[in-house]
Amino acid sequence: MIQVTVNGAAQRYDAPLALAELVRRMSLAGKRIAVERNGEIVPKSAHGATLVTDGDRLEIVVAVGGG
Amino acid sequence: MNDPLVIAGRSYGSRLLIGTGKYRDFAQTRAAVEASGAEIVTVAIRRTNIGQNPNEPSLLEALPPSTFTYLPNTAGCYSAEDAVRTLRLARELLDGHDLVKLEVLGDPHTLYPNMPETLEATKQLVKDGFKVMVYCSDDPIQAKMLEDLGCVAIMPLASLIGSGMGILNPWNVQLVIDAVKLPVIVDAGVGTASDAAIAMELGCDGVLMNTAVAAAKDPVMMARAMKKAVEAGREAYLAGRMPKKLYTAAPSSPTEGTISPSRSKAA
Repeated sequence: MIQVTVNGAAQRYDAPLALAELVRRMSLAGKRIAVERNGEIVPKSAHGATLVTDGDRLEIVVAVGGG
Repeated sequence: MNDPLVIAGRSYGSRLLIGTGKYRDFAQTRAAVEASGAEIVTVAIRRTNIGQNPNEPSLLEALPPSTFTYLPNTAGCYSAEDAVRTLRLARELLDGHDLVKLEVLGDPHTLYPNMPETLEATKQLVKDGFKVMVYCSDDPIQAKMLEDLGCVAIMPLASLIGSGMGILNPWNVQLVIDAVKLPVIVDAGVGTASDAAIAMELGCDGVLMNTAVAAAKDPVMMARAMKKAVEAGREAYLAGRMPKKLYTAAPSSPTEGTISPSRSKAA
């Protein structure tokens, strides 16, 4: 069991998983998002190869209305 | 009139930049942006829902980045570090887009810029290859510091963000314009069309606004009014206003050739 913090909320998974898989489980696959893992940007091209492991902190963002 | 606004080497036909926050929905956002004629639109970067609301509409679909120049902001950031992280996320989100609006706030009550953090973030972002438009105080000395750090536009507040109080210190805005060679864009404080015209008449290169349009009773009509105000103010600036004559009237009509008075005033 691993615990990951995604946008400030704790998430549990059975085992480490690819970032692309985590994104898919959150119904965000194909959406315009950007991901930061432990303070570093993970480029879209690297989502498949990036393994999310215990203790990782993810920020997943979108563009919203703002001034 | 061919009078483009040039920012970081790119020309824009409109000198009005518009924010996309606080509208009723994306349809109204789009209608107001279109009515304003703005080509540059600011957006915020926020955490997405993580599966709670998979059908949430997307701003990027309502305002395609292929049609508008996105200006991601760092609204809500209170440190240089958070602002830099936010804009790195924005660049990733927008496929390498590097034109950004930096704002590092001092406190949630005034939303006044924290200038030491703003200067630090500018330094880091410029080094990282960003083209940085900077929300800042109306201080000509710090505006010059920002210019020297390599930002691409100076964006002083004219009054507090979202206050609609107008151009409270035109003298300082003027000093900022005189202090730097970069485009100066009033960012924050405009409440109605005359405020935008005043900013442009002072010699600002552009005006950025959000609440003045979004919080109007009819945002689309206000967007249209702002478009005209920015154009009118710009043309008045370029035309060169007449000098003010204190305590002196000067008739517009010829003083010679008036018909003889029917009776003497002295009588």
